[in-house]
Amino acid sequence: LWQTHSLQDLRQQAAIASKVFVQRDYTSGTICKFQTKFPSELETRIEKQQFEETVQTLNNLYAEAEKLGGKSYLEGCLACLTAYTIFLCMETHYEKVLKKIAKYIQEQNEKVYAPLGLLLTDPIERGLRVVEITIFEDRSIGSR
Amino acid sequence: MHLGIDEPRECQYNQICTHNSSPMETPHSKKRKVKRKWQIFPGRNKFYCNGRIMMAKQTGVFYLTIVLILVTSGLFFAFDCPFLASNLTPAIPAIGGVLFLFVIGMLLRASFSDPGVLPRATPEEAADVERQIDAANGAGGPGYRPPPRTREVVINGQTVKLKYCFTCKIFRPPRASHCSLCDNCVERFDHHCPWVGNCVGKRNYRFFYLFILSLSFLTIFIFAFVITHVILRSNRTGFLSALKDSPASVLEVVVCFFSVWSIVGLSGFHTYLISSNQTTNEDIKGSWSTKRGKDNYNPYSYGNILTNCCAALCGPLPPSLIDRRGFVQPDTPQPAAQSNGTNTCPTTQLQSHMCHQDQCIQSTKFVLQAAVTTPLLHAQPILLGGGPVLQPKPSVGGPCSALGPGQPSLPSSIPGLSCGGEVLALHDSENHCHHHLHHQHFISPEETPCTAHLGHHMPLYDPASQDSLHEDSVRGLVKLSSV
Repeated sequence: LWQTHSLQDLRQQAAIASKVFVQRDYTSGTICKFQTKFPSELETRIEKQQFEETVQTLNNLYAEAEKLGGKSYLEGCLACLTAYTIFLCMETHYEKVLKKIAKYIQEQNEKVYAPLGLLLTDPIERGLRVVEITIFEDRSIGSR
Repeated sequence: MHLGIDEPRECQYNQICTHNSSPMETPHSKKRKVKRKWQIFPGRNKFYCNGRIMMAKQTGVFYLTIVLILVTSGLFFAFDCPFLASNLTPAIPAIGGVLFLFVIGMLLRASFSDPGVLPRATPEEAADVERQIDAANGAGGPGYRPPPRTREVVINGQTVKLKYCFTCKIFRPPRASHCSLCDNCVERFDHHCPWVGNCVGKRNYRFFYLFILSLSFLTIFIFAFVITHVILRSNRTGFLSALKDSPASVLEVVVCFFSVWSIVGLSGFHTYLISSNQTTNEDIKGSWSTKRGKDNYNPYSYGNILTNCCAALCGPLPPSLIDRRGFVQPDTPQPAAQSNGTNTCPTTQLQSHMCHQDQCIQSTKFVLQAAVTTPLLHAQPILLGGGPVLQPKPSVGGPCSALGPGQPSLPSSIPGLSCGGEVLALHDSENHCHHHLHHQHFISPEETPCTAHLGHHMPLYDPASQDSLHEDSVRGLVKLSSV
């Protein structure tokens, strides 16, 4: 009993063939931006354009979160004047955009990536270091 | 390796194998309560209020800071303010009070918040980076330590070197640095401040700056008004009796006098840093100094002082990346917590590593045994004895703890085997010698006396044990494929 249980565990895990990591692009400084270079492991799975579009949209959303402008300065000054107690009841602009990003990733997973046997992990769960794409093994081929 | 099974999982799985009953797994998992992520945080930080507050390990100087500020301000409000409020204006204690509250607020905010700690890489990420580094460097021979790993990136025309952090197993983003006191990589690392009891980084730099700025104002404020108080009193009653009437003033003046130089100096220094968008770390190293080269400039500066100041103080506040209060998912890959920058594991982890290798060796043994015994049905007693003997082996901690202290050398194992007198057994041990020379130290003392003993009592060919041996070898093969 216990042997089959452990083997089944592995068979389930064997479904994850590999993980691809899209690294950060630091050429514009320390802002959060991911490389749009198409990883070779995804060549057989997804179209280059679709992938680039996803990463570019993510980059744009992060840029929106970190944008320096009148609105963010106002928020910063107001927070300073209230000794940052205002954030006990209000969400920062960054947090609002992060929620938007989470929703976008979920939507992309449902519509585009899951049907192709891929899964995007929200970068915030990896410390904004990488966009982790899990490639699932196609079970019809056979388990390894 | 690609399955991404982490170490605790391995040990748990091995526990199932070595015990012949499935209930072993459930009590083990039931014992585990759901933990919050701060409880398994790998850095050297202290957490309070169930993960809401995060500080460095050494907090003694922070308490000193708090005491100094509280005592000096308390004395000021208690002894000087009544006189000043009645003789000058009540606005003085009011302004003093606001300043004091602001100082304390900023200090607590700087001390208790996450400075911008970068979470450590998950095992899969670390493996991926290692692969990329090996591909870039080219494989060296065993024992050859590759040169420090760096990546170069061009930011705004300046070439910046990204260093690889051996502890966190990541390439550090630009401006990030690893704090040796807290054992964390911190984004936009400024410095580790013992007075604040925390690192100063991207997320709490503005609080730190506002703290020292407001503290300089408070110090100057108290200093000025205590002097005013003493002067006004001595105008009425004489200097010495003024000092006698308000002894606390002396203490306040002394504290403020010595603080003013350092705090005001520090505020001025950080004002310069903010206006040029540099960190203390970069300034000390002279990263962007023109002394390094004519074309050396700061690629992160926005060009003008106002934008730099606004960006540092009023820019968007990034969220914490470490999610202290989140719950640990049972199948979450655990970050690289064990390594301390070198390839050797600390002694606390040695046992689990030994277990891992031990079980790995056992599975290989099963495979080899199965390979040897299947064509030769009249198997050697020692080899068959090897199967059932190892099954009732105690839990993962058992052999490790038994083997830990004493590690007899290799030659002593050979006589144990040879007393069985079987050629193939020796052949088998030779296989082990060739394949696992390093690990033989751990296994041989435990196994060989047993195998030599029981080998004589076991029947030559036992179908039941043959079946279990097959099962063991299959498990072994499966486990090998999982590594």
